[in-house]
Amino acid sequence: MSSRTLPLLFINLGGEMLYILDQRLRAQNIPPDKAKKVMNDIITTMFNKKFLEELFKPQELYSKKALRTVFDRLAHASIMRLNQASMDKLYDLMTMAFKYQVLLCPRPKDLLLVSFNHMDAIKDFVKEAPTILSQVDETYRQLIEIYTPLSSGEFQLIRQTLLIFFQDMHIRVSIFLKDKVQNSNGRFVLPTTGPVPHGTQVPSLMRMFSCNGEEVSRLQFPTGGNYSSALRQGSLEMFGDRVIKLGTNMYSVSRPVETHMSGTSKNSAQNTKVNTTPNPLAKEELNMLARLMGGLEVQKPGNTDNGFRVNLFATDEEEEEALMSRPEEMSYGVLNIQATKDQQSDAALAKIMGDFSEQGDTAPGASSKGDDLLAMMDMM
Amino acid sequence: MYHKEKSIQTKNSASALYNNLSVLRIAPRSLTYFTVVHANTVSIVSASWDGLNYSHRQLQSKEPNVATSTSLIMQAAWCVLPSRDLLVLTSQKGIQMYESDGSIMVYWHALDTPETPTAQAVFARGIASVRENYICVGVSSGGILVFDIPSKGGNITLSEVLEEHKESVTDMASECSGSQECIADMVSADDAGTLCVWKSGEEFQLLNKITGFDMSCSSVKLWKGTVVAGYGTGQIRLYEAVTGILHAEVNAHARWIYSLDIAPFSGLLLSAAEDSFVRVWHLSLTPESNCVEISHMYNECVTDTQICGAKFCDGDGYAFAVTGYDLNEIIRYTQT
Repeated sequence: MSSRTLPLLFINLGGEMLYILDQRLRAQNIPPDKAKKVMNDIITTMFNKKFLEELFKPQELYSKKALRTVFDRLAHASIMRLNQASMDKLYDLMTMAFKYQVLLCPRPKDLLLVSFNHMDAIKDFVKEAPTILSQVDETYRQLIEIYTPLSSGEFQLIRQTLLIFFQDMHIRVSIFLKDKVQNSNGRFVLPTTGPVPHGTQVPSLMRMFSCNGEEVSRLQFPTGGNYSSALRQGSLEMFGDRVIKLGTNMYSVSRPVETHMSGTSKNSAQNTKVNTTPNPLAKEELNMLARLMGGLEVQKPGNTDNGFRVNLFATDEEEEEALMSRPEEMSYGVLNIQATKDQQSDAALAKIMGDFSEQGDTAPGASSKGDDLLAMMDMM
Repeated sequence: MYHKEKSIQTKNSASALYNNLSVLRIAPRSLTYFTVVHANTVSIVSASWDGLNYSHRQLQSKEPNVATSTSLIMQAAWCVLPSRDLLVLTSQKGIQMYESDGSIMVYWHALDTPETPTAQAVFARGIASVRENYICVGVSSGGILVFDIPSKGGNITLSEVLEEHKESVTDMASECSGSQECIADMVSADDAGTLCVWKSGEEFQLLNKITGFDMSCSSVKLWKGTVVAGYGTGQIRLYEAVTGILHAEVNAHARWIYSLDIAPFSGLLLSAAEDSFVRVWHLSLTPESNCVEISHMYNECVTDTQICGAKFCDGDGYAFAVTGYDLNEIIRYTQT
């Protein structure tokens, strides 16, 4: 389908990953200089010039497995290490968050605004590192150059391609369940109220015209929904108000004392963080993640890993199945609600693993492309 | 007006693709076939009318002579010709035609695909059977391929390529009323919302081109000389096919329309969208003015489902079937 899908998939998943990691680094009291280094290293890797060149080439989507491998690598681009279970959890959260954003974005073109929300946040993460900032700015330019001329139909094709990528993933995420935007069966709630997408009229009006173009009658029909007029269109430029909130940092509520982070005096300028009321479960989710992360050990690469395995190119199905199907380990010492949830998500994961093996069998082209990108990440 | 019946389970969930449900009624055998696309597979379900028997079949998009991986399927639709019924699949690699039960592939047409992917995606989408012996299929470059179908066998030939659309073809439909009086036989739609109205024949003739508003027309139908078009804005427009006169404009849905269908005998119109609503409308022609009018009949909300396919199950609109993204079932509704 659309050969323009991968950059949006990568940038938005990467953005979600950074939100979660940023929160974890704070919550675990990682020394600010080390936390900063992790964020900077990952963002530098994400927006590496050569890597982006490869990313922006027209291409089919990678298999789920290949993309997961890219993110495994990206997460380990710095001195931080994640064990496998943590990485699984991180990846679940990232993918379900972006699936939600793709599904809910009012019109297909709003995917670009979702991406800019992620980019704006990333830019804020590295605002004191001019060299990284210029990489990020370059990515804005490429996004604007490639995506703003696309037609509504092309954006719909990108969206449909993304939805096929995320199809049948129904992992339950507690922050979504708590916010009542996800049902207990893992399906997202689709509102039949609120503003219609930009360019769409509120349903209910029927207009009839005569042969010479005169309006002869106007009728209303009952819609069954409760819609309001569209909001203004968000800015599709480097700066400005994106208007829609999808893609902003939903974990921001659980970092109440962020202003004392060294050097990062959080000003409120164009901060479009959603939710102003504290959401305890967002923190729970991340605490859960923290536990799963076991030790979010800050290590220099090359140091001995203490009981800690990074096996990024593993394609051995059995090995992965073993890793994925260990609910006891994944739910150790966590809240009950989380434990139940994890058993569910394990079933979903097992299902996804089924997809992986299928994909692996049928899409050799896709995984070899994955290797190209991984090779490039290796070089960095 | 309608009530929900027992759902039909499918082996795979439906992908978010326009018009992602096709229904074929086989009266002599009291069967209805349903087909839904899931990524690179097509699920076919045959359901007996008594609701007791279901049989399933999966088709893969395994194209002959294509060395690379399987491609994603864009649409699957049954084409009913007087002499035979065929199941047509369109994908990123080409067009496949099967016997109606999916058992035998009778024809394969490869699309011209570049070695390395280009910015412009390549795929076929939009399927219509026209008159006695034509099946037309749209492609992403805007072309329409006209295939000449013999009454039996696999000697299918590409008879013509119609180059009028500048954007990717989204959907196509032939006159569904069966009326021989209508001049226009077929309508095609594209991503810019442009509608082309055609007269079939050994050489297809463009009767009219109705310009769009830079918004995709995702689903289109042709009924008694009236084009019914559904758009990404959620609007439905009714045009007189030959003149392009706009007869009605309805702000029908809050999100992209994914599917329209018409029950030709009753003039019922079904519309379904990402907003999780299916709506039933009634179309009527006023003979004096030759104008078509539309009235609203019924709403159904398929909760938390972005609907991607909706079709009447019979010519009167007595029953309709619906499916949606990520849904492993076909939901049926019957008039009460």
